[in-house]
This record gives sequence, structure tokens and C-alpha cells, in this order.
Amino acid sequence: MSPRVGVVLFPGSNCEQDMIEAMGLVGAEPEILWHGDATTKGVDAVIVPGGFAHGDYLRPGAIARFSPIMGAVSEFAAAGGPVVGICNGFQVLTEAGLLPGALQKNAGLKFVCSMVELRVESTDSVLTRGVEAGSVLRVPINHFEGNYTCDADTLAQLRDEDRIVLRYVENPNGSIDDIAGICNEGRNVVGLMPHPERATSELLGSIDGLPLLRSILN
Amino acid sequence: MIFSVQVEVRLRPGIADPQGSTIERAIPTLGVAGVTGVRVGKFIRFDIDAADEASARASVEDLCRRFLTNPVIEDSFIELSAGAAS
Repeated sequence: MSPRVGVVLFPGSNCEQDMIEAMGLVGAEPEILWHGDATTKGVDAVIVPGGFAHGDYLRPGAIARFSPIMGAVSEFAAAGGPVVGICNGFQVLTEAGLLPGALQKNAGLKFVCSMVELRVESTDSVLTRGVEAGSVLRVPINHFEGNYTCDADTLAQLRDEDRIVLRYVENPNGSIDDIAGICNEGRNVVGLMPHPERATSELLGSIDGLPLLRSILN
Repeated sequence: MIFSVQVEVRLRPGIADPQGSTIERAIPTLGVAGVTGVRVGKFIRFDIDAADEASARASVEDLCRRFLTNPVIEDSFIELSAGAAS
């Protein structure tokens, strides 16, 4: 039986259909999880996709954590279920307290939309367990507030516990320590700014997102 | 008692502020020189009903910490006065 993957849809999400398509490509049975329903419907993995949940009102991700689905996502994560937040989904997970730190506006004043290279720093996470450590993946980014930051203690902890899972080869946004993606202590919650669902076909310029998405299923 | 509350949300020192930088770079073109340190924040106003000023302030501080600011990147400055604003 194919693994069931829930893709959370907030008002203002805009990458959920791309993610549904991409998860279908890697053999999952994807379905939408409406933000107003306080259940993850028994899925095997949850993805919080990109976009502008609740219009980015107040701050990106600040309102999303009040959506009924987020209580269910927190419980799912606490039980060890795989949860991956991409772009705005990463912002949602930090605001919800499922991941540490915050995403501030990019250094250099620009919205960045380009293909970047990511180095796999840790294969001990639900997103990277199927890829080779040290390998370099080409995955696009598309954000204005993707400049990861956290206090010095948190950064030291992320390093010591091998929780920085992806780093930019060339830092595009000012992120501290070139961080592109991190995981929680349980290694089952991952947040990243790049969009693996947009690197799933040669027609899109890269298929390097596929092994990341497959990792979520295993 | 009703208290009128004004919360200023500022980006913490060192946090990137592209809006502030862009405004600062535009100002000299208007012929105004000497403007530095432009930072753009948010201003949030509301009324709160509480037993006294101390409990009103405690509630507002709690709201700021848990919701109105992200303490990783923002600070809040609270002003509170007796009586509704409107």
C-alpha cells in the first residue's frame, strides 16, 4: 500500500498542488489536509507547503499556528510522525515552536528566486535519510524571508546535535552558518527554505528533489 | 478598568531591515541630508479591560511575548494609559 502523505492547506498556501503532484511522482498517495480540520486523518507523513499562510499577517507563519490543524500536527510530530515544512511551511513550524529560531528578511534587500546548490550535512533526518552525506543537490529557492537566524546557544546546540541537515554551498540570503534546513531533536520534523517539489523533473531543471521526497516515505 | 494600549514592535538590533535601508537610501534624493538609522517597525493599538494597571500590563507583556512579537527577531515597547482610546 502506498504511504499516505497529508499536505496542509491554509488560506494563502500556494505550493500544495505542486507538492501533491511531486509526492505522486515518488509513489505516495497524497491528500490535502484542510487547516480548519483538527486532524491529520491518519496519514503517514505531513508536509506544510510554501505560500503565504493567512496572508503572512503580523509575520510569516504567525497566524497559522492558531489553525485547528496545527494542534493535530504537533501531536503527530510528538508521536514521531514525519513533518516537513518547506519555505512558508518552515516559517510556520518555527512560529509554532516545532523548530527553533526564526526566518528574517533576506540580507541584501532582494527577493531571491533561483536554483541553488545544497550540501547534505546530515543524513539523520526524515528528509535526508535516503541521500548521501556530503552530496550536493540542485534545488530552487523562492523567498523574501528566508534568512535563518537564532541565538548563539541554539546555534551551538544545532551544530553539536548534528541538526543542520542542509547548508547552502553559496549563501543566497544571509542565513546564519549557511543554514538551508534544520531538524528537531527527534529528527522527524524538518524545515527548509528550498523547494524540493520544484526539482522533480528534467523539464524543471533538476530532479534532485526526488530523493529528498522519497526519504520522507521511508 | 479599561486601559488604552500602544505596542511598538521593533526589529532587534542587527536584524535585517530592508525596508528601513531602502527608505534611508531614498531620503537624500529629496534634498534632506543627515538621516541615519532608519528602522521600520509595527504599531499595534488596542483597549484592554483589567482589574488594575499592573494586571493589564502583565497581560499585554504576555501577549507580546507569545504572539505580537517573535522574540528571536523582535522587541516590544508597551505604552499603557487609563481609559479607552476611542
